[in-house]
Amino acid sequence: MELSLKNKMKMLEGSKAVAETIKVCEPKVISAYPITPQTHIVEYLSQMVANGEIKAEYVNVESEHSAISVCLGASAAGARTYTATTSQGLLLMTEVLYNVSGLRLPIVLTCANRAISSPLNIWNDHQDSYSVRDSGWIQLYAEDNQEALDLHLQAYRIAEDERVSLPVMVCMDGFLLTHTYEPVELLDFELVKKFLPPFKPKYYLNVQNPLTLGSFAEPDKYFEFRYLNHKVLINSKKIIKEAAEEFKNTFGRFSGDLIESYYLEDAKIALVAMGSLVATLKEEVGVLKIRAHRPFPFEEIKTALKNAEKVIILEKAISLGLGSILETEIKNIFYKEEASPEIKGIIAGLGGRDIPKSSIYDLIYKIENNLPLPDFLDLKLELIENEGEE
Amino acid sequence: MLKEIRIHGRGGQGVVTAAELMAQAAFEDGKYSQAFPFFGSERMGSPLASFVRINDKKIKIKTQIYNPDYVIVQDPTLLGVVDVLAGIKENGLILINHEKSAQELNLNTKVKIRTIPATKIALEILGKPIPNTILLGAFAGISEEISLEGVKSSIKERFSSEIAQKNIQAVERAYQLMKGES
Repeated sequence: MELSLKNKMKMLEGSKAVAETIKVCEPKVISAYPITPQTHIVEYLSQMVANGEIKAEYVNVESEHSAISVCLGASAAGARTYTATTSQGLLLMTEVLYNVSGLRLPIVLTCANRAISSPLNIWNDHQDSYSVRDSGWIQLYAEDNQEALDLHLQAYRIAEDERVSLPVMVCMDGFLLTHTYEPVELLDFELVKKFLPPFKPKYYLNVQNPLTLGSFAEPDKYFEFRYLNHKVLINSKKIIKEAAEEFKNTFGRFSGDLIESYYLEDAKIALVAMGSLVATLKEEVGVLKIRAHRPFPFEEIKTALKNAEKVIILEKAISLGLGSILETEIKNIFYKEEASPEIKGIIAGLGGRDIPKSSIYDLIYKIENNLPLPDFLDLKLELIENEGEE
Repeated sequence: MLKEIRIHGRGGQGVVTAAELMAQAAFEDGKYSQAFPFFGSERMGSPLASFVRINDKKIKIKTQIYNPDYVIVQDPTLLGVVDVLAGIKENGLILINHEKSAQELNLNTKVKIRTIPATKIALEILGKPIPNTILLGAFAGISEEISLEGVKSSIKERFSSEIAQKNIQAVERAYQLMKGES
């Protein structure tokens, strides 16, 4: 066992593991603006480019808006591209993110998930990627560093598949994954080449064969463009599944496709989560991991939760003025079904508030004993009780 | 079996590096491990902590450590400033960088305490007051969680040969010192 672990795996920081994976995916253009906790990823990559380990153009820019714009241009010209960001940086990219998906450009972006200002906070939650969940990007969430690196390779394959041709955002929890050292199995370059064919887009900007990308669409056509974007994103579910299956065949690892159903077959209680929280929950109960938040795995979640009596969602984001987003989405699945589990969303871990085992045990106890459940996990009401007086 | 270690120190003392080296050492020994900092805004001199988990199977959990089996204190001035004993298991062990003996420190706890003058050794051998690798050598000497060889390999992996050589010398001194005492 000793030898096999050391021979097979490497002890790496999550950010380094991602950088090593991007290296073997051989993007031609990388552009990014450093921001905590994404910084290490792009530092490693710029070093690799400077050392000649990656034959790519690394474009330094003055903002995230420019970083994603560089990627847009490069991708439109037919180059495999990569960028990474988080939090405020992702929000600054927002208008271009919509353009990228509208133009059907298969850019891969790492979102090192972090909370949104204000107040300023550099720690993990999912509010940043949630904020752009309707932008037409495929959004995949990683549970641990192994899955994070595996997802990046799958992301390129999914994005560049002719049937998809959409950008993919790989979401990995800031600090909890990006800054954690744990053993990972890096991807073998020869197998990567087998799994990920060279990027040969059907349409790209080319002076020999001029075409227009990003044209004007009047009311008589715009609607149909939006419909197509929606359709192709829904259809990408099939390709995401295929990529996970083919990845298993090539690399021998499978961590779910659109979802992962973990000991749910006979579970009366199902906890639902995304990202690294899934790994912590897996030590205790039946868990539904949502790996793809967009496209939303409607049918898959329905099947996975069909035997559950209580579905409790722990969600690291909030729709201010509504509450739990996944609660709404999952309730929608069971609306009009004859039998629906009890479904409850709990907001947890915002701004890096740790979700310790003790809180999970306490929650499971409450669920099992039909006690009232909180809307917010470990909220310190005593901190705001005197707000009116101050 | 899962073992959890918390390392206390101050910014600039290599608290995070210590955790990474320990996790690497366990990995070199053929175990699964995980290292991560307490995610804060690290500044020179401010108290901070880092965490390590070691197990013979894959480690899933991604929370901070609340009930450590071991605590390592890199800076003697943290005693009385930071509750370094917080949550430590009853049968736990605390290793402190201190010139005084455990009896002299007279900490109000039932857990086992060991001390080593790591800063003194660091100044002597490394010429810098950075105690982290020395404490790892000492930790290998008093626990079964990592081996001396594992610590040495992790140092070789991390540092250039000249720095690695001095650190290994310091680590061996700390290891022998602790072995001699126990």
